[in-house]
Amino acid sequence: MRTEKMRRSPLSTSQTTTTEHHPALAHQFDSMEQQQEASTFGMWVFLLTEIMMFGGLFTAYLIYRLKYYPAFVAGSTSISVSWGFANTLVLIGSSFTMAMAVWAAQKGYRKSQVWFLIGTMVLGTAFLGVKAKEYYDKWDECHIPGIGNQVIGKPFNAWGGCSIKDTSLGNIAEEIRDPNKHGNPNIPEVAAEQTAKRTEIFFSFYFAMTGLHAFHMVIGLGLLAWLLLRAKSGEFGPSYYTPIELGGLYWHFVDIVWIFLFPLLYLISRHQHGV
Amino acid sequence: MPERHFLNDNYGIRSWLLTKDHKRIAILYLFSITFFFLIGGFFASLIRLHLLTPNGELFEADTYNKLFTMHGVNMVFFFLIPSVPAVLGNFLVPIMVGTKDLAFPKINLLSWYLYIAGGTFSMAAMISGGVDSGWTFYAPLSSGYLKTHVIMLAVGVIIAGFSSIFTGLNFIVTVHRMRAPGMTWGRLPLFVWSNYAASLIMILGTPVIAITLILLALERGFHIGIFDPKLGGDPVLFQHMFWFYSHPAVYIMILPGMGVISEIVPCFSRKRIFGYSFVAFSSIAIAVFGFVVWAHHMFVAGISVYSALVFSLLSYAVAIPSAVKVFNWTATMYKGSILMSTPMLYAMAFIGLFTIGGLTGLFLAALGLDIHIHDTYFVIAHFHYVMVGGMVTAYLGGLHFWWPKITGKMYPEAPAKLAALITFIGFNLTFFPQFILGYMGMPRRYWAYPPEFQVLNVLSSAGASVLAVGFLLPLLYFAWSLKYGEIAGDNPWQATGLEWETSSPPPTHNFHHIPIVTKDPYAYGEDAEVTVVH
Repeated sequence: MRTEKMRRSPLSTSQTTTTEHHPALAHQFDSMEQQQEASTFGMWVFLLTEIMMFGGLFTAYLIYRLKYYPAFVAGSTSISVSWGFANTLVLIGSSFTMAMAVWAAQKGYRKSQVWFLIGTMVLGTAFLGVKAKEYYDKWDECHIPGIGNQVIGKPFNAWGGCSIKDTSLGNIAEEIRDPNKHGNPNIPEVAAEQTAKRTEIFFSFYFAMTGLHAFHMVIGLGLLAWLLLRAKSGEFGPSYYTPIELGGLYWHFVDIVWIFLFPLLYLISRHQHGV
Repeated sequence: MPERHFLNDNYGIRSWLLTKDHKRIAILYLFSITFFFLIGGFFASLIRLHLLTPNGELFEADTYNKLFTMHGVNMVFFFLIPSVPAVLGNFLVPIMVGTKDLAFPKINLLSWYLYIAGGTFSMAAMISGGVDSGWTFYAPLSSGYLKTHVIMLAVGVIIAGFSSIFTGLNFIVTVHRMRAPGMTWGRLPLFVWSNYAASLIMILGTPVIAITLILLALERGFHIGIFDPKLGGDPVLFQHMFWFYSHPAVYIMILPGMGVISEIVPCFSRKRIFGYSFVAFSSIAIAVFGFVVWAHHMFVAGISVYSALVFSLLSYAVAIPSAVKVFNWTATMYKGSILMSTPMLYAMAFIGLFTIGGLTGLFLAALGLDIHIHDTYFVIAHFHYVMVGGMVTAYLGGLHFWWPKITGKMYPEAPAKLAALITFIGFNLTFFPQFILGYMGMPRRYWAYPPEFQVLNVLSSAGASVLAVGFLLPLLYFAWSLKYGEIAGDNPWQATGLEWETSSPPPTHNFHHIPIVTKDPYAYGEDAEVTVVH
């Protein structure tokens, strides 16, 4: 319906469209409607490329999850669901304030769009803060894959707590088979050792996926800051709110990525406790 | 020539480096991709020089590995992928759909800067010692074993990838939302259709190569396990992810070239294109099929026989839309009044060479035969017939065809025809012997070979020097024509299409009045000019 309205009728000339000239209308467009349609469509196309980018990562994750399922369970049970859940709430909350900011812009409520944008930024920053805390915990537990044994000197330890525990894989393998620690004694020793080793792959994906997501959050916060400045100067109102709407689209997309990341990384086989 | 046009609308370096005019950005791309083409060509010449003798007297084996890597990376990522879309597409797509600019001019400029940034990283990797992974970056060789600047080169490729994503995004939005009144989808020039199809691949495929190379760089930089079997990773997964982009990418390279041919052939046959909608939709079909054939690069990499069978069958399917195009171009020429001008010479060379390149692709898609000729010079000859014989030929043809539109001047016809002939002869002399070499079993990427292969290698190297002359000649006479060329006029070829309705060179906003389209494209031989309402 909307497309029909914006397409110029074959009988009209370019003159008819130049009459109502909005200051935000870029020279290559004929009307504000065309500009908004094109910009929104462009943002959706861009989000499609983002889906493909995360899609490659998710595919690789799924393949290794199938290949090394017990290791992925062991890795997953070692990360904190409560912090992950808290962050999920924070991010959903930020999507709500973002949606409200767009609504306020459409209605022309200048003050509330500014406050909703600030609210979104605060929640976004809170998310990154929690993420940083979780990363620090991983560092503390020696769950940083790869880097430890190469550069910094904290070796990766599948079962965590390298400061107290012996890092030899034999120890971890024992724990995987220890029924007192939710282990399974039926797993052969060799397999248990392999599983212990493979938790490193789980953490590789944990960091690659949450890291790429956090990187998108940082970009999102930058966009929000820019929108905030423009909203403060009163640029957005009922006749022009495209940038804030597109910022919202991007923010919701980053939110949705997390909605997939949370169960995939935090909630593998929670009910089983080890395999 | 018009008094005011996009070239003299503004002066000074700032007016070029900060321009948002799609035509000026096309010119920026023209210069930059020519630069990378010359670098890639330089490496190619060194490779051919080295292969003159069987025992490789010129370079060490390691140096040779760096030469073919840098040749491949420069040509694939910094020349072939941007060539027609970023130069001719940037210039022509907005004009052909009848609008003032692309939908997002700033993003268009950003895409050029990203291209330059990516090129800078790749040049830096080259200067600081080179990379010897091959353009395919296969892990774990690239992630665990090589001592060269793999990450720097990968970063360059990732950044250049975003430049191509932004070009594709711009084309798609422009074609969907900015067409002139009356410019229906059924009236879009086929050049626009094929660039649209290539753009679909750019936006859907390129992000995957980005994430693949990011994972590769993480594995190399931080020794986390993704692809390296020592760390529990799977090297075949790298190949799957790499070819998921890099196979469709060959269609990014060839589709816009096919679009060029679809413009040139009707113009110099003075006939309507045969089967417009088949040619248009075959572009989309190639883009779609292109996404489901990637594992034919991996028949000997240890994938399951059943998936190999499916991928082999699907690869054959790509031949259908490709053949549709070849037959329709031929049918367009049939009983046409053909004018053998330079663009047409290139177009006819394209049809022949692309057909050879395409048909030998079917040899490689056959499971049994592929085991014999996999990783031999047969593969090299096959994709050079498509990439050089196809895409570079189409690019040169398109450059000659639209040169009068871009600059307002005619190139000199006689040397141009000579260059086209030299290119054709040099090309076949270079690459045809490689089919035979490959069939006889000469493996690719080796710095030395058994002495019985020498004759054919010498022939190939001789051809390469002829080819180099053919490529360098246009540089000279194009430059010459800027000053001494005849004034072209708005429509030197009496071609149809909106780009020929406006002046040469076009004004900054492309049209003095936005055109209203009432007729189909390629209405040759009929009184069917596009009406411009004043």
